[in-house]
Amino acid sequence: MSRYQHIMAQKEEIVKASVGLDYAHYTTGLLAFDYEKLLADTGYDVTTAADIQRQTAVGNTPLVELKNITELVRATAAPGNGARIFIKDEAANPSGSFKDRRASLSIHEAKKRGYSGVAAATSGNYGAAVASQAAKAGLRCIIVQEAFDSQNIAQPEIAEKTRACEAYGAEVIRLSVGPELFYVFLKVLKDTGYFNASLYTPYSIIGIETLGFELAQQVKELCGRFPDAVITTHAGGGNVTGTARGLRKAGAVDTQMIAASVDLSGLHMASDHDFNRKSFTTGHTGFSMPFSTWPDRADVPRNAARALRYMDRFVTVTQGEVFYITQVLAELEGLQRGPAGNTSLAAAFAIAREMNEDHIVVVQETEYTGAGKHPLAQLNLAKKLGIEISRGDPKDNKPGVRIVIPRAPSQIAVTDVDLPGVRRSYLRHALEHLPSDTTLGAIDLQFLADETRTDLKFVEESIDELHRTAG
Amino acid sequence: MSNFAAKGAWVEIHSKVLPAGERAPQVPQDTQRVPLVMRAKGFLLQAAQVGDDVEIETCAGRHLSGTLVIINPPYTHTFGPPIDELITIGNEVRAILRERSQSQ
Repeated sequence: MSRYQHIMAQKEEIVKASVGLDYAHYTTGLLAFDYEKLLADTGYDVTTAADIQRQTAVGNTPLVELKNITELVRATAAPGNGARIFIKDEAANPSGSFKDRRASLSIHEAKKRGYSGVAAATSGNYGAAVASQAAKAGLRCIIVQEAFDSQNIAQPEIAEKTRACEAYGAEVIRLSVGPELFYVFLKVLKDTGYFNASLYTPYSIIGIETLGFELAQQVKELCGRFPDAVITTHAGGGNVTGTARGLRKAGAVDTQMIAASVDLSGLHMASDHDFNRKSFTTGHTGFSMPFSTWPDRADVPRNAARALRYMDRFVTVTQGEVFYITQVLAELEGLQRGPAGNTSLAAAFAIAREMNEDHIVVVQETEYTGAGKHPLAQLNLAKKLGIEISRGDPKDNKPGVRIVIPRAPSQIAVTDVDLPGVRRSYLRHALEHLPSDTTLGAIDLQFLADETRTDLKFVEESIDELHRTAG
Repeated sequence: MSNFAAKGAWVEIHSKVLPAGERAPQVPQDTQRVPLVMRAKGFLLQAAQVGDDVEIETCAGRHLSGTLVIINPPYTHTFGPPIDELITIGNEVRAILRERSQSQ
């Protein structure tokens, strides 16, 4: 047995000890589990989460109306169209992103249970959030990142996250490209006995509910009603899940939840060659497609981020469109933010154009900007690697080959992802995970309907169709 | 810059985690061909020079071993020069807004 296989074989026991949750307890069928009970049993809800977050100045971030960008939308829209665009300035959180919300309950829980430290596998803002929260709680912290390629070229945005984590006193393990990051992470958990501050536990998701809850209340207070649409940058699914749950808990049940990702089709997420040619480290289809179609591919047995349960619409934008809107946000609104939230801002720009000018659309996050974490850093690296940069039609953008910055704001558009297709893809994965010689019972069929936000008819017809095409 | 680091110096080490050919089965060909390597920082536990096998104590208090590669490793990520394709966008969109306000 290889070193890799040896550690991977111990995955279940290592994870169980490190999150302190017995996931098996929630199993209700062959595939089904009690999702709501898994979350409820943490003992936290949106109110207690907010109370804990206040203790470390997390949350209560400003909601900013982007009046100039709204004007720009209207300049490119049919008369009477162009919804008001607001942005939730999550960069105001202590470590500079909404990820502080996500880390807060995990660190609170780790401290309460007497763990001496916390660890997280993340190359993004989440590492800085965990490190910041751990520093405040007096816990030790280890962050494991996928940081550089085989030529030792660091992805600049991740280099900045390394610096931020180290600034908060964390140990940062930087790895070359590959999914074996999880193997290294399991070894860290086994060596240290630290709490696994996974992005995908119930603690992480309940921590985000406060974001949706707050923004619904802020919009209601300012405008007298809930937003018509909230647009969320979508990667692993936590942001969509937590925000949507928070909106519902605030009573904003009719608000449309739109997920937006940068289109990185054609690039392989585990490829050493492609690693530095993505120009985006998150919020892209390399995460959002696999996680939407099968969420249980995370570092915990049952992922509490289940985006397909909450999405009303799923759109993509191009790399060039996000870089363009980032520049517009800085120059028209005086806000240097992103990159992450600007994926949903680019989508909001196009979607607001389709909506009536009385409508309200909210971009639900910003993040801090800095050296490495900026369009200039990404485009300079892209140029160095031979990627062509030009102004032109965003339709000509080709990830890893050509980044096309729109010539005019009227060119910014979204591409709708075929949601029924994503749902069928989820069901295909579900069937692949079904133990052989078993058949789905009523509990499982209902679970699949809940998971795909459809009904028994859709699930049964799709499964029949999958059997026919497979047979 | 000296290649010698005193005990207690802040350094970066490098180590091979998985050799090429022993990577996870699901990784694509180009990644299979290269090793999985790790870089970590900490305080040197004994005086050494660049290239030596050393042990460090990390910020979390762990002891890790590897090859000493950098003494007092710098942060080198930056912005780089302005990008032509972005630099004119501000003026372009301000002109659109000016035109709109004049026509209203």
